[in-house]
Amino acid sequence: MSAPSATRADATAATSTRTGPTRIKGNGLAFWLFFTPFLVGLCVFTILPLIWGGTLSLFEARGTVLPTKFVGLDNFRGFLVDTAFLQSLRTFLVFAVFIVPVTMAVSLALAVLVNGLPRFQTFFRSVFFLPTACSYVVACVVWRLSLFNGLESGIVNQLLGVVGLDSISAWLSASPYWWIVLVTVRLWLQVGFYMLLFLAGLQAIPTQMYEAASVDGLNPGGFTMFRLITLPQLRTTSAAVLLLLLIASFQAFDEFYNLTGNNPETRPPLVYLYNIALGPQQDFGRGSAGALVLTAIMVLAGLLQTWLVGFGSNDDATKRRFGFLRGRRRRPVDAAETETAEELEATGSTGSTGSTEKTATPEKEVRR
Amino acid sequence: MTAQLNIVGQNRSSVGLVLRYTVASVLALVFLVPFYAMIKTALSTNDEIYSQDFVFWPSDPQWQRIPELFADPRYLDALMNSAIMAIVSTSLSILIAALAGYALVRIPHPAAKPMFILVIVVLLVPATTAFVPNFIIVASLGWIGTLQGLIVPGLFSAFNVFLFRQFYVNFPREIEEAAYIDGAGFFRTFFRIVFPNTLPFASALTVLGLIGSWNAFLWPLVVAGDGQNAMTVQIYLSSFLTAQTFDYGGLFMAATVSLIPVLLVFFVLQRYLVAGIAATGLKG
Repeated sequence: MSAPSATRADATAATSTRTGPTRIKGNGLAFWLFFTPFLVGLCVFTILPLIWGGTLSLFEARGTVLPTKFVGLDNFRGFLVDTAFLQSLRTFLVFAVFIVPVTMAVSLALAVLVNGLPRFQTFFRSVFFLPTACSYVVACVVWRLSLFNGLESGIVNQLLGVVGLDSISAWLSASPYWWIVLVTVRLWLQVGFYMLLFLAGLQAIPTQMYEAASVDGLNPGGFTMFRLITLPQLRTTSAAVLLLLLIASFQAFDEFYNLTGNNPETRPPLVYLYNIALGPQQDFGRGSAGALVLTAIMVLAGLLQTWLVGFGSNDDATKRRFGFLRGRRRRPVDAAETETAEELEATGSTGSTGSTEKTATPEKEVRR
Repeated sequence: MTAQLNIVGQNRSSVGLVLRYTVASVLALVFLVPFYAMIKTALSTNDEIYSQDFVFWPSDPQWQRIPELFADPRYLDALMNSAIMAIVSTSLSILIAALAGYALVRIPHPAAKPMFILVIVVLLVPATTAFVPNFIIVASLGWIGTLQGLIVPGLFSAFNVFLFRQFYVNFPREIEEAAYIDGAGFFRTFFRIVFPNTLPFASALTVLGLIGSWNAFLWPLVVAGDGQNAMTVQIYLSSFLTAQTFDYGGLFMAATVSLIPVLLVFFVLQRYLVAGIAATGLKG
């Protein structure tokens, strides 16, 4: 599995130096035979829709996918001043303020917990990861009609009863409560995935750093060790997870559609867009304009992510791009690491996780 | 193993260890509660479901809901459509991406570089907001409410092409060269030699693809239309959820059964799934 994690630098080097002799005649034909299926699909289902959507965004097109009347930028103007659209952005912000930090904290805590278990690691990892296989719809069925069903016998209301609180019957129709339902369902579904990313990050931390720090007198189980070594070493993973979580919460659709439906107060951007284009209005002109606006927001986020993280989970590329973030790392630990690195290289105490190849040594980092 | 435990900065004492396993076990139970609630409700009588008293486990499990469910042709259609969609779209999209990714690095051609740049640019366009323009195209083709409308627009993943390209950059050249010396052409070499050696990597993407398309919601919702022909199991479940059904037991049984295929894939192929996330994770 090490192959896909080639750096981009490697990749370009490989193509330029090993362009390969033209061993066989008919290269031209072979290339297009291999590439055409993808290219045709890309043109028809990505590029053409963008062009068509871009055109429609300048026209009036209600209930038809053909342009009827040229309206210039009116669709965009209408979209950007629509209070419902601004409300949907606000919904995204509120949602993100809850879901992003909570998911980060819980997935990191789970990863640290699982990583510290000497036995049954795989079992616990599987249990925490299991909800990832579940669909949003199935989870919404359970959340809406069982866990948070508003009956006194509902599981969450039972728990409230145990701690002496009153049952809540309006989980999905009143403001502070629906956020609890919306946030917990997504948390349950996605936290295992981010736990895996943090686990990979934890297992890439050179064990020598912990050894050196405990030689320097830090308590191996202590919070100081976590704060001085684990957290700074996870900076790259954390930044990547943060961006992924932000983008994912911007694209939230399934749980909002299935839990709160078309309630204007809990309507994130995609649900709002869905209702304009595919709701009763079937307004494809404004729908296309809206799709372009949201696409532009996400392309900007994507550019930011590409710049920070690179494509794929390539560790070297990630480190290179995050080099600027690492300047603030604690010096003493840094020094300890380089001193002890060689001595301890051969002790083989990295554990059974197969992460040795990912162990980054400071020399391997290239700063830009 | 003990060495690792100490190093990872955790408590050495057995008290700490007991505490850690206790916390892990309690959390594991919390994570399993929704599954318990789902199965419990699926087997409860409707009286128990609406009861104000908490019932830990149904007194008279309603197993007959399973045959009832499979007697519903709408549910069977939905399961079948989901299965077709998951299998066809995953395998075709991986094949298309493997071919394109291979061409980009292993078939010398002046167009390879511009095509790679095109792939990179397309990577930046998010797939989720594309449902409006894609609906326009699919509607124009008359594909609303059809399986091809469900499957075909999702087959061309620039991200998968990119992943395969990265994979083939590091693919050992010697194997192919032996095939070329034996006189095999590009197609023969690819299908007989290269692709079989890609299978572990392709399997990782396959697992992610199978689970992803079985669970997909937004695009199936856009395409399904009113008819039965393209209704997936997720849309089937959602239609009951949004229409305020009264047969909760049946709905929960349908949800439980819909999880079985995806859980099978999850458990049997979990090691590929973890590898797939390691390979693609940070892109999401």
